[in-house]
Amino acid sequence: MSLRQRLVPYWLLAPGLLWLVVFFVVPMYFMGELALRSGSLTSGYTFDWAWSNFPDSLSGHTEQIVRSFFYAGTATLLALLIAYPLAYAIAFRAGRYKALLLFAVIAPFFTTYLIRTIAWKTILSDSSPVVGVLQTLSLVPPDGRVLATSGAVIAGLTYNFLPFMVLPLYANLERLDLSLVEAAKDLYSSSRQAFLKVTLPLTMPGIVAGVLLTFIPAFGDYVNAQILGGTSQAMVGNVIQSLYLNQRNYPEAAALSFLMMALILAIVMVYIRFAGTEAFMGDEEESA
Amino acid sequence: MASMSRAWAWLRRNALPIYAGLAVAYMLIPIVVIAVFSFGATPKGKLTFGLDNGFTTEYWRSAFSLPDLNEALFTSLRLATISTLISTAIGTLMAIALVRHRFHGRRLTNLLIVIPMATPEVVIGAALLSMFIYASFALGFTTLLIAHVMFSISFVVVVVRSRLIGFDRHLEEAAADLYAAPLTAFRTITLPLLAPGIIAAALLAFSLSIDDFVISNFNSGTTVTFPLYVYGVSLRGVPVQVNVLATMLFGLIAIAVSLVLWQQRRAEKMASVRPEQEATPMPVPGVA
Repeated sequence: MSLRQRLVPYWLLAPGLLWLVVFFVVPMYFMGELALRSGSLTSGYTFDWAWSNFPDSLSGHTEQIVRSFFYAGTATLLALLIAYPLAYAIAFRAGRYKALLLFAVIAPFFTTYLIRTIAWKTILSDSSPVVGVLQTLSLVPPDGRVLATSGAVIAGLTYNFLPFMVLPLYANLERLDLSLVEAAKDLYSSSRQAFLKVTLPLTMPGIVAGVLLTFIPAFGDYVNAQILGGTSQAMVGNVIQSLYLNQRNYPEAAALSFLMMALILAIVMVYIRFAGTEAFMGDEEESA
Repeated sequence: MASMSRAWAWLRRNALPIYAGLAVAYMLIPIVVIAVFSFGATPKGKLTFGLDNGFTTEYWRSAFSLPDLNEALFTSLRLATISTLISTAIGTLMAIALVRHRFHGRRLTNLLIVIPMATPEVVIGAALLSMFIYASFALGFTTLLIAHVMFSISFVVVVVRSRLIGFDRHLEEAAADLYAAPLTAFRTITLPLLAPGIIAAALLAFSLSIDDFVISNFNSGTTVTFPLYVYGVSLRGVPVQVNVLATMLFGLIAIAVSLVLWQQRRAEKMASVRPEQEATPMPVPGVA
């Protein structure tokens, strides 16, 4: 193969790689640099290896960090409980409605995320019949609200990231060899045993992928907390947004987002180490 | 009693479809709410729950009567169109390189494509803003375009790549056997066959761009996109025209996606009747 031919892939990759390096990797460097500055907005921020920004950014916002783990974790669990049976039904029981159901799963993407969340705000607002029903069922106290509670934010997160759970689960279930489940039943295992010992382990890659794809954006989200929550529902994302855009405390904001990136990167790298890039790229990766 | 147990048996047998139906309903509720309330008469033209004040097409007739909203929508459409063109072109080239060529640094390239998809939007927005602050780069349409192309590239690569992997290479080889120059073969054979994948990727990039709020909020300066406009007015009350435009956009994207899906299914059906489809692919010189 000639040198010219060998260079072809690099020419094809060049524009994309350049864009991703200059506008994704390099900004991470500048975020790190900003995180090591100190000073104030009026006097300007100067670079002086201010490592203390990192522990400070954590200790100042422990409450929001713990809350982000709790909200994102709960939303991910709920999404899994909703999505698994749904994905299973689409894969095996939908018949000719399969395409229609998949279409319904991605339909939320056709409206703006923000407008969907505002729609939930309307649905859960104090005068809404939904809240009335919840009050009648005593799930919400008679004078209680749904908006501006943890429940509203978790419900919003669950809703907004549900498709990210359904799609990898569906992709995994779709490839499941049903004859293995039948074999288990032939060998006198109950439906429950067959599910726990065959279906569930075989769909574990889909579950892990779905959990990651749901948890990561939910953890960093601030739109749901901002629109559906009150002041006591703020998450890390809200802190970063407010520090950057309102208080303009860039070093602390940068330190906090840098730590968030490090955490997510660690999770993703551990995952890729075990499972490859399959969950994100959508198919088996051929090793080079 | 008998009917009770019969009902119970029916419920048990159909538990999965019922559960799936409820889950789909949950996913569609906000979309229905957005569409229905676009017809709701309200005293101040601001969104409230219910159709208590009756049905009206007033806001559909005056959909484009708010100059700020029109301008924001126009900015979003322009931004989404340009960023889709750039990211689709760049991403398609990357996907071709990844599937068709062997090269050093493939693992790193995959990683560079995957990590932006796994990064919380707030971190991407914050990092880009850090760099723009450092470079004293004025925020506005250009910075928005840079950001939108950046977060779209990875998704384009994933979609086009999956189309390329299930690709019949015999046709290209036939073209080469008939003395077509590589570029001619690419233009007349590869590109038309790849078109559905590229169109799907472009649609995804377009809807990601028109939907984006978080990253845009960090890098917009004084430029206002459709989601940023909605965010701005959400505190004072959203004009019903927003619902009208969101419903229109939903309709347009839904139609476009249905057409692409329908075309893909048709192509798959046509491919599946060709007997040689199952034959083992011939080794391609220079690739294997």
